[in-house]
Amino acid sequence: MTTLLEVRDLEVVFDGFRAIDNLDLTVAEGEVRFLIGPNGAGKTTLIDVVTGLTSPAGGTVTFAGQSLLGLPEHKIVRLGVGRTFQTASVFEQLTVVENLDLAANFRQPLRALLRRRKGVSDAVDAALTTVGLVDQADRLAEVLSHGQKQWLEIGMLLVQDPHLLLLDEPVAGMSKEERTRTGELLHEIARTRTVVVVEHDMEFLRRFANCVTVMHEGSVLCEGTVAEVQADERVQEVYLGRSRDKRSTAEVG
Amino acid sequence: MTALLRSRRTHGRAVFLLIGFVGLVVLPAVMSEFRLGLLAKYLCFAIVAVGIDLAWGYGGMLTLGQGLFFGLGGYAMGMFLKLQEAGPDGLPDFMSYNGLEKVPAFWQPFRHAWFALPAVLLIPMGVAAGLGALVFRQRIRGAYFAILTQALAAAFVILLIGQQGYTAGTNGLTNMKTMFGYDLNDPTNQRNVYLAVAVCLAIVYLVARQLVHSRYGRLLIAVRDGEDRVRFLGYNPTVVKVLAFTVSAGMAGLAGALFVPVVGIMSPAALGIVPSLELLIGVAVGGRATLVGAIGGTVLVNYAKTGLSEHFASGWLYFQGALFILVVAFAPKGLAGIRDVIRRRAPAPDMPMTIEPANVLEAVG
Ligand SMILES: Nc1ncnc2c1ncn2[C@@H]1O[C@H](COP(=O)(O)OP(=O)(O)O)[C@@H](O)[C@H]1O
Ligand SMILES: [Mg+2]
Repeated sequence: MTTLLEVRDLEVVFDGFRAIDNLDLTVAEGEVRFLIGPNGAGKTTLIDVVTGLTSPAGGTVTFAGQSLLGLPEHKIVRLGVGRTFQTASVFEQLTVVENLDLAANFRQPLRALLRRRKGVSDAVDAALTTVGLVDQADRLAEVLSHGQKQWLEIGMLLVQDPHLLLLDEPVAGMSKEERTRTGELLHEIARTRTVVVVEHDMEFLRRFANCVTVMHEGSVLCEGTVAEVQADERVQEVYLGRSRDKRSTAEVG
Repeated sequence: MTALLRSRRTHGRAVFLLIGFVGLVVLPAVMSEFRLGLLAKYLCFAIVAVGIDLAWGYGGMLTLGQGLFFGLGGYAMGMFLKLQEAGPDGLPDFMSYNGLEKVPAFWQPFRHAWFALPAVLLIPMGVAAGLGALVFRQRIRGAYFAILTQALAAAFVILLIGQQGYTAGTNGLTNMKTMFGYDLNDPTNQRNVYLAVAVCLAIVYLVARQLVHSRYGRLLIAVRDGEDRVRFLGYNPTVVKVLAFTVSAGMAGLAGALFVPVVGIMSPAALGIVPSLELLIGVAVGGRATLVGAIGGTVLVNYAKTGLSEHFASGWLYFQGALFILVVAFAPKGLAGIRDVIRRRAPAPDMPMTIEPANVLEAVG
């Protein structure tokens, strides 16, 4: 297995507060890695660093052998790293197709963008089908439900065909059916790509995760299969010590 | 859906041709010389408004200093006309009053039409591109950008007033009576100037329309609504914004240049903070992010201004302030927004609002 993403000795400091503290993470090509941890563990911050939104105080981030630190966000995207956001962020004043079409054309030179869109490209059409938004294609994204916006965002990633996808809590706030649907979508996406998913919904995890990394207070607590992680005492302490309702989900299975 | 779009497009084309016919044939035939001159002036402002709408309405760049670009275009044209009138060896009138003995070096190129006419577009566009690249890369936006552009317009006016010998100071460039040897006071020529302005507005409108409807136009809206999100689509928002800002500056420059033969004057009074704001009000009233709204709003506001100030001299300022507050508070989408509300009253086609999970799975197969 070749390493696709490698994070070493990462330090992120916000006004003296260490959001990420000496973190190491290695993700191999083709892997689907789940990233869990209590709120404030630094999961989103880690994604922010990899995608160029936040600059770290120290450490290295390498993607396919190339350092990502110091690159502007759009260049990192062009290298093949895509992300979604914790709160679905699509362009509400554009239609579903227009959102996907913009995402699909990001490698076009500005000159080519000055033409009108003629119809719907095959890639956009395929993404519409994959994320189940065929019927909403010509509607403004603002009228979509929360779950549909998340799917649209995943669709926008798909048409960009990144090597590495970083998904920040893709099922948060979704209904049960929507979660199942999203899980299936993830499976489909992961067949040909490397995916890092931040998610702490245990049921979702048990159904879809193989390898899990647990973060706590800015560092990696442990790594392993779902069963291994759930059996780990430190993980139980972190979760159980904090909230009682997590216990039931953590103990089952 | 495509049939609907096609019929809407044919409909749009018919309206465009009708307005073109009225504007180019009917109005010049029925309006008095004075009224036609006023309309020509308003259409110049409408050209600026289309540019403001691109930058602000579509791109979210609240530019409060379009007077700067209007002035750059206007002065480029004014310098050309002054030098033409002075002849190859002569000195423009205000220079001799100010004790200059020869035409300053930076005026010289404006003797030539091949330099001055392109400069009307290229100087404002160059300034905007340089400024935009600097400012947008630093991620300066929102109120900071607005204040910066306003300050630049103010600084430009101060510069013009301060350098009296080179710029004619507060008076500005006046007494421009001929263009390419034609008498600008002649009614036929004035009508031709009006026609030129109207044709330029039509071209500017078509250019803006093409931009807005292209993928680039969608991208511009995306940058307006989520600049940071656009970066994660792999686009550089700086480039997107610089282009829109530069085009808007070019339009303002063109309008400024046309303004000169229409009015016969180009002076700092037309460029400062207040005129720059007035250019914006028409866009706000007509409706941001609709090109027709920007043009209509600007013409309407200017007619209201003329009408009101003919009757009460200082009433206009208060009215204008009140109008701006009303629009911002109650009709943020302007007149176009009100039109949309009326349209939406009509029953919408029946469409499923949410998608059932069963449908989703079916669609995916
Ligand atoms: N921009 C910021 N400024 C200051 N503190 C921040 C910022 N972003 C995140 N933090 C802090 O860093 C810690 C990690 O946050 P985050 O990465 O969002 O956690 P998670 O996604 O794991 O819930 C939290 O304590 C949060 O308050
Ligand atoms: Mg988070």
